[in-house]
Amino acid sequence: MIRYLVSRLAGMIVVMFIVATLVFLITRLAPGDPAAVMLGEQASAADIAKLRASYGLDRPLPVQFGYWLQQLVHGNLGQSIFLQRPVTQALAERTEPTFFLTLFSLGIAMLIGVPCGIAAAVWRGRAIDQVFSGFAMLGASIPSFWLGLLLMELFAVALGWFPVAGYGEPGVALSVRLHHLVLPAIVLGVVNSALILRFTRASMLDVLGEDHIRTARAKGMSETRVVMLHALRNALIPVTTVVGLTFALLIGGAIVTETVFGLPGVGNLVVSAVLRRDYPVIQGALLVIAALYVLINLAIDLLYLVIDPRVKY
Amino acid sequence: MSANAPSLSVRAPPRRSGTVVLRRLFARRVVLVGAAILAVMAIVALAAPWITPYDPMSLKVLDRLQSPRATHWFGSDELGRDVFSRVVFGARYSLMIGALVVLMSVGAGILLGLCAGFYRRMDTPIMRVVDAMMSFPDILLAIALVAALGASMSNVVLALAIVYAPRVARVVRASTLVVRELPFIDAARAIGVPSWRMLFVHILPNVASPILVQATFIFAYAILAEAGLSFLGVGVPPAIPTWGTMIANSQQFAHRAIWLPLFPGVAIVLCALSLQMVGDGLRDLLDPRLRKIV
Repeated sequence: MIRYLVSRLAGMIVVMFIVATLVFLITRLAPGDPAAVMLGEQASAADIAKLRASYGLDRPLPVQFGYWLQQLVHGNLGQSIFLQRPVTQALAERTEPTFFLTLFSLGIAMLIGVPCGIAAAVWRGRAIDQVFSGFAMLGASIPSFWLGLLLMELFAVALGWFPVAGYGEPGVALSVRLHHLVLPAIVLGVVNSALILRFTRASMLDVLGEDHIRTARAKGMSETRVVMLHALRNALIPVTTVVGLTFALLIGGAIVTETVFGLPGVGNLVVSAVLRRDYPVIQGALLVIAALYVLINLAIDLLYLVIDPRVKY
Repeated sequence: MSANAPSLSVRAPPRRSGTVVLRRLFARRVVLVGAAILAVMAIVALAAPWITPYDPMSLKVLDRLQSPRATHWFGSDELGRDVFSRVVFGARYSLMIGALVVLMSVGAGILLGLCAGFYRRMDTPIMRVVDAMMSFPDILLAIALVAALGASMSNVVLALAIVYAPRVARVVRASTLVVRELPFIDAARAIGVPSWRMLFVHILPNVASPILVQATFIFAYAILAEAGLSFLGVGVPPAIPTWGTMIANSQQFAHRAIWLPLFPGVAIVLCALSLQMVGDGLRDLLDPRLRKIV
């Protein structure tokens, strides 16, 4: 177990190093001088030279990379050019809406995906299975920003049930802020429930075909007990993986949904940074989100140990 | 030596003929419906100049924001342009972007996957980079790449190809690892078949099924991702009428003219849905272990 953990952590460090290298290279892909690109066409040569010096862009590429890595190790993601504050601070300020949005969306996706997946498996081949499987396929084909736009027009603009956009005035109560998240969370949750539904169905079908289920039925156990007690517990183990995967997908989905609903989250920050060519913010956000993704994957693997005693590393 | 190779009995496992696979594929109603929708979309896209009543770029300010009616089937936009004509021309751009992304990502993914799966020394370096690239959410990596490369149609294609190539590489590598150990590969190696021939003539046809399945899904994801990038304002320039740019441009007027985002959105959903229907059918047919998923 400890050996497994050490090897996983070592692998994680290697992947994170490659991630950092890719992030560094992506921002250096830009044709021309990054400082000139960041400051725009109006910038004077002196301003460009000043920015180049302050960001170390006048040094050779390997030296820049080494310095950047050194700063990363110390938790310094750099300074936002547009916001004029450290990237870590800018990201921290935007974490709350993204965190709650991702969490609520995951809850909604699970609330839809798991029961519908169970029902589709239990009544395999029936109308209910076809409806839910069709819904899963449709969910994976709907652009979240489009669904968001339509629901916003219906429920926020036409019916006035929810705020149209934003996250409330600064300092308002948490409940008011969370009210702004209802519609975006429904959009993101519905769209991402498809994957959970498919996996729950597949996993349930696998378990329902196993010998111990046949034995339970042969003993005269009610179908509800067979499904809920014997099948579901085993079927939910692989579903854990997909819930973790969905959580990671939701972080990506939040980028688009936050923009539709004008939520001041990390996704919105990234999109604004891209439009303003604020490279330190883009680099920082890419790195933090990728690290989160890698950590979530590790956490899922470790969670396996807890929920399935048969798994041994 | 290698010139004599085909005459020796070095045979790959028997594969089902294309006609049989196609017949069994289209025996599924879902696949048939999906393929029919796709075929209609492709024909409509190709015949766009002949079936559209208006030039998609021509402005008629007096006709602005007209609801769907006989003269404008899908209504008109804020500049009086015909939405139906724009949606039909949008199919050209969106399908072309999707197809190019598939070609490039599958090409790169095959090369990376075959090398990683066949050459043990290249496995770890290639797969670590693939793992690292797959640590980014697709849309985030695409946004960052387009930000670096600059917003244009070719850069959107390039960025999305870079985003999806690792998925293909992973699938190809996994299948290559299995095929590499089969006796016919040992036999081919024994008679001195060169590596490149082994990779592209003997292994590639045997790993083609999962690649085909991945390609259909990547097509769908690419169309959705292109629309997302355009919506965020970091994709195709707004002047080009892709389905994504049409929805992006409609945001301001959606409360007065819901048809502006509605029709291009329905086109995206139909296209992605039909691709997923075909992809699911292909996967079920070619990999019976996965049949239970849908």
